[in-house]
Amino acid sequence: MPDDAVPSEEIHKPGEPEREPADGVPPAAASEADEVAAAVAEKFPGTVFHDSHGQAVVYVDRGAWHDVVAFLRDEQQFTQCLDVTVVDHLVDEERLSVDGVAPERFEVVANFLSHPRNRRIRTICEVPADEPTVPSITDLYSGANFGERESYDLFGIAFDGHPDLTRILMPDDWVGYPLRKDDAPGRVPVAFKGDPSPR
Amino acid sequence: MKHAHPAPTERAAAAGVSPDAASEAMEKARLDRQTDEGAQEMQRTPRELVVTGGLWPEDDETMIVNMGPQHPSTHGVLRVMMELDGETVLRVKPVIGYLHTGMEKTGEELTYVQGGTNVTRMDYLAPLSNETVFALAVERLLDVEIPPRATWIRTMLCEISRLESHLLFQATNGMDIGALSMMIYGWREREEVLRYKETITGLRMNHNFIRPGGVAADLPDGWQQSTLDLCDTVERGMRDYEDLLNDNPIWLERLVGVGVITTEQALALGASGPILRSTGFPWDLRKAQPYLAYDQVDFDVIYTENGDCYDRYLIRLNEIRESLKIVRQCVEKMPAGDYRVQDRKITPPPRARIDESMEALIHHFKLFTEGFRVPPGETYVAIESPRGEIGCYLVSDATGKPVRMHIRGPSFYNLQSMEAMVEGALVADAVAIISSVDPVMGEVDR
Repeated sequence: MPDDAVPSEEIHKPGEPEREPADGVPPAAASEADEVAAAVAEKFPGTVFHDSHGQAVVYVDRGAWHDVVAFLRDEQQFTQCLDVTVVDHLVDEERLSVDGVAPERFEVVANFLSHPRNRRIRTICEVPADEPTVPSITDLYSGANFGERESYDLFGIAFDGHPDLTRILMPDDWVGYPLRKDDAPGRVPVAFKGDPSPR
Repeated sequence: MKHAHPAPTERAAAAGVSPDAASEAMEKARLDRQTDEGAQEMQRTPRELVVTGGLWPEDDETMIVNMGPQHPSTHGVLRVMMELDGETVLRVKPVIGYLHTGMEKTGEELTYVQGGTNVTRMDYLAPLSNETVFALAVERLLDVEIPPRATWIRTMLCEISRLESHLLFQATNGMDIGALSMMIYGWREREEVLRYKETITGLRMNHNFIRPGGVAADLPDGWQQSTLDLCDTVERGMRDYEDLLNDNPIWLERLVGVGVITTEQALALGASGPILRSTGFPWDLRKAQPYLAYDQVDFDVIYTENGDCYDRYLIRLNEIRESLKIVRQCVEKMPAGDYRVQDRKITPPPRARIDESMEALIHHFKLFTEGFRVPPGETYVAIESPRGEIGCYLVSDATGKPVRMHIRGPSFYNLQSMEAMVEGALVADAVAIISSVDPVMGEVDR
């Protein structure tokens, strides 16, 4: 959808909190999915907007990841970071291609929710396999703590600046990152009682 | 003088050997045996032990205590590391992963048809919410519209699931606080709900009833009456709960003002559901971003202002009532028609068709061996589960299995808010707080 699509009337859903958006933020409109994305794109050149089944998705450069999230929080009223997760695209048969996005092996995905504006946005960051590092956003949303730890634990993505980047679901001495596509689930033999340790 | 260990000498005396000689010989044999095995003999001189409390350094007055993973009040296998100063909890760190079974990895190995069997086992106290969020995500990637009857059945079952989960919360919360009658009451009504769900879905738990494309089967004959009967039973039970607890002085003493959290903290820590609503923030996805048929039923969002354990108890109690309201409306408004999409690529043909139609047989076979292919894409679908926002992030790559199936478990993120609630509380309050967060470890660890 173009950034300057004509606003239509009927986006106001029943039960939507009747809160006025803060200063400078225009009221809800049909193209509002674009609005935050447009603001992000204006401020951070290189970001790409994608309409994914009616949901606003912004592909963000790795260097701008922290700044974009700060922008969402401070200027776009995104009150909550719901989730941080990772996708490993190593063995995709056919991958969703978005114009202007150079695909890498990993994608770090964060979902944000704005309660006052009642809308969501998803930011995606392409992360190469040879340098799996992303700036942490725990200083902005402390709720991202567990999500980033889980991403580190299962995918081996290092979040720069995370206060406690340790394994969360797997044992502390685990070798490998189980949700990576090249980490086969059958690699570790089942340790029966009395069996010598596989490692 | 009586010997310290009378048994061997008495036995020796009975055998006609002098007690002293016998014990000396045995002692020697014992030492020989130990020396042969390379064991060290323990020092025999008695040591004087004086308990003065001075065993810890003066400047280190706090103590780290592990609660769980086997503690009965940690709802499964949650381990909580607490830093204690006397009886006061200074810091708390939840340690999870004891129930990690790699369900997201499993989800990548199952077709979209089979996926429901996997997600339903995550939050095993509200399985139908999990199935719904997964099915909605798959349907969004497929861009299929499901028939209204399926939507209404889902709405009704989600609410049944919610009240089931809240009933079990009442039971376990009562047990944690020490109100054991409440535990029995809660399980009593929940048992009725499970029995009812068995008549609808065929299983008490882990139903795999809500599937991509609709629901697995139509509602059975006489479901209206059994649903209304269930509502009456639960409502009758709720009067017991309220009589027992609402004004109970011990209950109030244990819960009021305990585990207070503010809206800002709850939002920052990613909390949702009853925890967020207990802080005076009326956010419910069923109202704010309606899905299924929630925009066509009348119900209220329950919220309170204080953000303490008692408020979270009250919210869950009254949400049962709202759920009953929705279920009754669903019975009233249930539309007729198909209970699943009539697209043979997504849902199987009726059993009778397989005997007479070759196409039906092929469709059936293909669907249950390969599943259906989903065009490449990614989506995040969120619904309101009893514990808060449950989300499903699904990435497809034009094959029959997802590239990534991630569930945003509300318990997983809600656990973080525990840190804010527990600080400064007593150990006994920590039990009440863990209980009021109502985590389900199956969903936390996935």
